[in-house]
Amino acid sequence: MLTVSMTVNGKQVSKEVEPRTLLVQFLREQLGLTGTHVGCDTSQCGACVVHLDGTSVKACTLLAAQAEGAEVTTIEGLAQNGELHPMQAAFKEHHGLQCGFCTPGMVMSAVDLLKHNADPSDREIREWLQGNICRCTGYHNIVKAIQAAAQTMRG
Amino acid sequence: MPDSGVGDRLARREDKRFLTGKGRYTDDINRHGQAYAYFLRSPVAHARLKSVDTAAAESAPGVIAVFTGKDMEADGVGSLPCGWVVTDRHGNPHKAPPHFPLVRDKARYVGDHVAMVIAESLGQAKDAADLIELDFEELPAVVDIMKARGSGQIHDDAPENLCYDWELGDSAAVDEAFAKAAHVTKLDLVNNRLVPNAMEPRAAIGEWDPGTEEYTVYSTSQNPHLLRLILCAFVLNLPESKVRVIAPDVGGGFGSKIFAYAEETACTWASKKIGGRPVKWTADRGEAFLSDAHGRDHVTHCELALDADGRFLGMKVDTTANMGAYLSSFATSVPTYLYATLLAGQYTTPVIYANVKAVFTNTAPVDAYRGAGRPEATYVVERLVEVEARETGKDPAELRRLNFIKPDQFPYQTPVALQYDIGDYEPSLDKALEMIDYKGFGQRKAESEAKGKLRGIGLSAYIEACGIAPSAVVGSLGAGVGLWESATVRFNATGTVSVMTGSHSHGQGHETTFAQVVAEKLGIPYDNVEIVHGDTGRIPMGMGTYGSRSLAVGGSAIVKACDKIIEKSKKIAAHLMEASEADIEFKDGQFTVAGTDKSKAMAEIAFTAYVPHNYPEGVEPGLDETAFYDPLNFTYPAGVHVAEVEIDPDTGITTIADWVAVDDFGNVINPLIVEGQVHGGIAQGVGQALIENTVYDRETGQLLTGSYMDYAMPRADNFPSFRVETTVSACTHNPLGVKGCGEAGAIAAPAALMNAITDALGVEIDMPATPEKVWRAAQSRLQQAAE
Repeated sequence: MLTVSMTVNGKQVSKEVEPRTLLVQFLREQLGLTGTHVGCDTSQCGACVVHLDGTSVKACTLLAAQAEGAEVTTIEGLAQNGELHPMQAAFKEHHGLQCGFCTPGMVMSAVDLLKHNADPSDREIREWLQGNICRCTGYHNIVKAIQAAAQTMRG
Repeated sequence: MPDSGVGDRLARREDKRFLTGKGRYTDDINRHGQAYAYFLRSPVAHARLKSVDTAAAESAPGVIAVFTGKDMEADGVGSLPCGWVVTDRHGNPHKAPPHFPLVRDKARYVGDHVAMVIAESLGQAKDAADLIELDFEELPAVVDIMKARGSGQIHDDAPENLCYDWELGDSAAVDEAFAKAAHVTKLDLVNNRLVPNAMEPRAAIGEWDPGTEEYTVYSTSQNPHLLRLILCAFVLNLPESKVRVIAPDVGGGFGSKIFAYAEETACTWASKKIGGRPVKWTADRGEAFLSDAHGRDHVTHCELALDADGRFLGMKVDTTANMGAYLSSFATSVPTYLYATLLAGQYTTPVIYANVKAVFTNTAPVDAYRGAGRPEATYVVERLVEVEARETGKDPAELRRLNFIKPDQFPYQTPVALQYDIGDYEPSLDKALEMIDYKGFGQRKAESEAKGKLRGIGLSAYIEACGIAPSAVVGSLGAGVGLWESATVRFNATGTVSVMTGSHSHGQGHETTFAQVVAEKLGIPYDNVEIVHGDTGRIPMGMGTYGSRSLAVGGSAIVKACDKIIEKSKKIAAHLMEASEADIEFKDGQFTVAGTDKSKAMAEIAFTAYVPHNYPEGVEPGLDETAFYDPLNFTYPAGVHVAEVEIDPDTGITTIADWVAVDDFGNVINPLIVEGQVHGGIAQGVGQALIENTVYDRETGQLLTGSYMDYAMPRADNFPSFRVETTVSACTHNPLGVKGCGEAGAIAAPAALMNAITDALGVEIDMPATPEKVWRAAQSRLQQAAE
């Protein structure tokens, strides 16, 4: 067992883990943050995307120990003071989700896209989302939601 | 009440929890003291088990128990049933070999369940499973469905690996029609095998309470009541009254979560065996690929005959369908009653004959997947029509129009059992042609050719049958269940309403749509309506969500229950206003005495029903009504999708340049949700036609496409934005006039896309039209042109 410490959604946490514990297992099983989902075992689907020091990562592809000392933001930490993040609000407004399972990873990935590119084209959005699989929406409304959020965030 | 009733594009109320990480899926649930299950699966496709030595595993660290098929046999555990008996063309029931949750004598596909290890942690369960020693005699694997009948037998009671040889229609009449034909088009089609791939893998927790002797099952189910029925009546022999099935938020299903599987059965059974500790199992994606029920997998020869004017004279269809190694819950119905009955499509083809042979193979079970039989039927009909138009030099759109069933022909009796209640196909065709600028295609094709690209256009005029029913009819055709739905509408004393529905959303937005229906019907604020689903402990009865039935059947049950509420409320209102019940009118939430200004609000009536101080004699207190709705017929959504593609002959890459869909779903409650359903359906249909394919090694039966590294899941950059419109011919036999929209896209899309691709290529290819296949076709055609 080893001890890992990190900041998750603004709170300092420290837990004993088996060395093989993945970051996503640490979040879900030890911190009870079940908003981050596991949809595959080959780092393809993106349901587990969180932010590590401000950058989107797949939490199934990192050991918890690799996040030692890092700032982690999960979907639970995105809304501030009960107000949905503009990306969350746009997904709701434009019906960018159906079953909701891929949604946390999709939203976290999209937020990171806009950090890199505040005014993406539809094609750029679709290419950015190659690492996030949605089986319900056909991506149409996800693209629409991200465009709307980008517009809101540009002000 | 602005923006909350029928027809409003209301954003979904369930989204907030999903968007903030507060959704509650089965794997998010952890029960006190739970243990973890891991299934040791067969590493080979076909083997006779000699011994399963679990001794070392049982004494491994953290292991609580190891169970095999022998333990279940000793405990009287039954077989997972197939709930639809298909009678073959000789009058015999289909072959129904046993399907035990843990195998007893043979393993019959890679991933079959050999043993179950339960431990304190999942890691310990997996580690212990490695210590189980399997001794087996490997047998030749049966993989190719066209060779299945001549291969080694998988089940003792299914000679030639034949499940059934079934037919529908008048073979002699079809032969007569073909004899008179001016032209006959013949096609050989493969409807490729797919893995449903709901993003949430299946999961289950079984929990037995030693005090009350009650079971609670948490499961990723589309139909918790049906799962309870199957577990109790067929497999575990338990009283339904002692079993509660909870399906919390379900992360997609597309059919694959209808069925009762080995894993939830085993977890439920095992919890009692280990003294009542909850037993949890969650599939990883690899297990999902191996053991979720797959979809499609047909090989078909089909022929369409037409006269000199282009009118369809008859159709012949010969299909071999893969059942996999065992019969999943509804597998037998998919290539029969959900397939051959749809072969008339939108057309007046007077005679049709279909012969379907279902075979067993050493592959995962195959069952209903989004569309279930109807995409396969549409693929046959719409590919035949398109190719027939090409062969006879007719315009594909006009050939369709000529053969459409006309509005004055409804109700229309097809030659394949169904009677369509209503439809109006030309407006959808006209709108779709206008949207895609059909007339301008030639110019766009020329522009593509100038760039060295190939351009094609393809139509698909599909029909589907939704809300499978009525119970008496499906019963006569072999269904083992009734296909009604139930609902309870309960006013609480303070005026809020709880609606308990047996339909269960796995992404369809029932909490929003159903609340819109109830708010409008009862004239109360949308926010006052709560939808409760997915729990047999809270909902009286139900049949679940599949076959685009939730609104047409489940919604109708809700409307019926609301009608009962209104009826009773009128008695109370009449008493309070000292009027005759016959004089009470109800509109927009107000009960008024006709011709007066006396009125009472719905909420006031509800309060009076629970505080009945001044109350009509002979009326029971309370305002809580349950209704069951058994539909009179299927509903028949129909529409036209048009795909336009551009192919790069140098790379074989197909780009979807445009996609329009015009669908007639009858009345629409929430257009925002309906459009989303169409988008998602199209994406699944495009996935099938363009990239998805399930491949088993033909010799060994190993699943070669067992992960997202190997199975091509559609990504965002595979698609354009879709242009989606609707036309309306309201369903004639349900109170909302609705038809269902969940499967339309997946039904329409494969034929539209393959018609477009083969139009561009000028040669036939099978799905999926992968870049390699398209490149080979394009190159061979270029070569031919050069010669």
